[in-house]
Amino acid sequence: MRRAILTVAMSGVVIAFLSPLGYSALLSLKTEEQISQPNSPILPSDPRTFDFQGETYSVYFVPIPDGSTRELALFKKGRTQSDFIDPANPAAGTITWQGSWRTLSQPWQLAPQWGNYAEVWNDIDFPRLLFNTVGLALIGTIGTVLSCTLVAYGFARFRFPGRGALFTLLLATIFLPDAVTLIPTYTLFVKLGWVGTWLPLLVPAFFANAYDVFLIRQYLLTIPRDLDEAAAIDGASAFRILRSVILPQAWPVIVAVSIFTFVYSWNDFFGPLIYLAGHEDIQPLQVGLSHFNGIYHTKANLIQAGNIMTLLIPVILFAIFQRVFTRGIVITGVEK
Amino acid sequence: MEQLPAVAATRLNSPRSWRLPRVRLSALARREARQGYLFISPWLVGFLALTVVPMVATLVFTFLNMTLAQEEPLRFVGLDNYVRLAHDARVWASLGNTFKFGLIWLPVSILVPFVIALALNSRYLLGSAVMRTLLFMPYVVPFVASVLVWNAMLGEEGWLNTALQFLGWSKPPQWLFDTTFIYPGLVLIGIWGIGAGVIINLAGLRGIPTELYEAARIDGAGWWAQLRNVTVPMMSPILFYTLILGVIEVLQYFLVPLVLKNGTGEPGGTTLFYNLNLYQTFFTFQDLSYGATMAWLLFGIALVITLILFRLSRRYVFYAGER
Repeated sequence: MRRAILTVAMSGVVIAFLSPLGYSALLSLKTEEQISQPNSPILPSDPRTFDFQGETYSVYFVPIPDGSTRELALFKKGRTQSDFIDPANPAAGTITWQGSWRTLSQPWQLAPQWGNYAEVWNDIDFPRLLFNTVGLALIGTIGTVLSCTLVAYGFARFRFPGRGALFTLLLATIFLPDAVTLIPTYTLFVKLGWVGTWLPLLVPAFFANAYDVFLIRQYLLTIPRDLDEAAAIDGASAFRILRSVILPQAWPVIVAVSIFTFVYSWNDFFGPLIYLAGHEDIQPLQVGLSHFNGIYHTKANLIQAGNIMTLLIPVILFAIFQRVFTRGIVITGVEK
Repeated sequence: MEQLPAVAATRLNSPRSWRLPRVRLSALARREARQGYLFISPWLVGFLALTVVPMVATLVFTFLNMTLAQEEPLRFVGLDNYVRLAHDARVWASLGNTFKFGLIWLPVSILVPFVIALALNSRYLLGSAVMRTLLFMPYVVPFVASVLVWNAMLGEEGWLNTALQFLGWSKPPQWLFDTTFIYPGLVLIGIWGIGAGVIINLAGLRGIPTELYEAARIDGAGWWAQLRNVTVPMMSPILFYTLILGVIEVLQYFLVPLVLKNGTGEPGGTTLFYNLNLYQTFFTFQDLSYGATMAWLLFGIALVITLILFRLSRRYVFYAGER
């Protein structure tokens, strides 16, 4: 009993939690007309129509005096009475119905508007935004993995004065509000002429960050030292040991950091917003999407199509690598 | 670290003491230390160039009249920026908004992941692994996309209000356009990203030794007593870590309303958060010195709150074992 109650309640929580995604996906496939109609169906649909003698007529639910309801096509509109034809038997001629056709409701048929996606694809030049996003994410990931691996190796395998204090300092940067370094950093990048290029977003990635160094270091500490000591006795240099002994054993954490960084970089908004403002041709998806929202905010279907297109790749990456994600979060969140 | 006391001791006795650290380390140890510094040098350089120097520079800016265009000659203005800050009603209003929002958001952001993790960890739950994955998923949805998804979800025709109407609330609020409901609306948007918090809490719960629960049960403790006397104390380091990070995060909160309201502070100035004000001072008005002063105030507030919390944590946070 307990089992049933808890499982049902939690299923409800999960469904409620994911419902915005469903709402967005359905909205992205609707027509603007359907969105503007208050009692339209939940699924993307079109009002049913009937083509007759080269013209298109809307179909309505028409109550017939005998109490039944028929689906008839509105042939000739009138204020107090209208002429309908029966789509099943158009040759029978028109049927006159007393009353205002505006009070009638329409039957809907399922009609997902895949064209919305094509429209957004072209309107925001999606391929270019995608290229920029992937480019930034890839280069940023390479920089982060390279620098964090070197730094983590330094902290994990070498004894040097001040190591403990420096490592504490590294972790302390997690708690530093960005605002306190932002203004001079931005000013410096302006003076260097880097604003309006990818450099302010990519160069810092090559100087390591606390989260990923911590993650890699924790992993390296679990690798036994026997092999690197043996290699050292054979005269291998420290760098050679890292490349030939440590890295082959550390690839799970390297993969984890790569995927993490790739998704985080994909999701970065503030950096590209401030450093790439006004340079549409080099902006990533997120900034493009927020501009698109500013211009098209009345077209909810297109906005949501843009959202779905933006979130698809990170969500797919997550679905494939979800174990890696959760493991990484546990290490940085719990063990610190 | 281990060598330092020895170094300090010899320094007192020898006239050439400044060289002694090198003498004390064997040639091999020296080589090791040199290589260590070399490998961490990317971080050291980055830390100096992108953290330490900018922090000091920010502090220096607060005593100058710097702007991005710098039309007036640069000069030392003493505490002018701080005096202006003290009398700036907009600053205090925005700080008030940040605190108000924080007081709502922080309890939610700590309790909700904890409670969800408790449920996921329960042996009575079927399909826990699948649910964990699904609850984490929105965490990877790109920021702007998630804000815009919620913008629709909380709208007049959105499913939340449809559901509320179905439950009998005939006129549910216009979440993002109503000064009363804007913060709850923003909290709902924030809750979507709690996936990481759930995972961290869940890992913490699984790390609690089962013997503790067995001992508690033998002592006759029920579900609530076990939660109060075993789970919460054992989880307190994780809850504390979440709280500290949450405080730092909420003090800097402004990107969600920036996307939603384009930085206007609507409705009724409620989304004019401290960091939005700072961002606009810097980027819109290009007033570097005043922005820097606001940044140091933010840093000071974050530091004071963190220190108070660390002080309190000695009493309330329980570190098991050698920690």
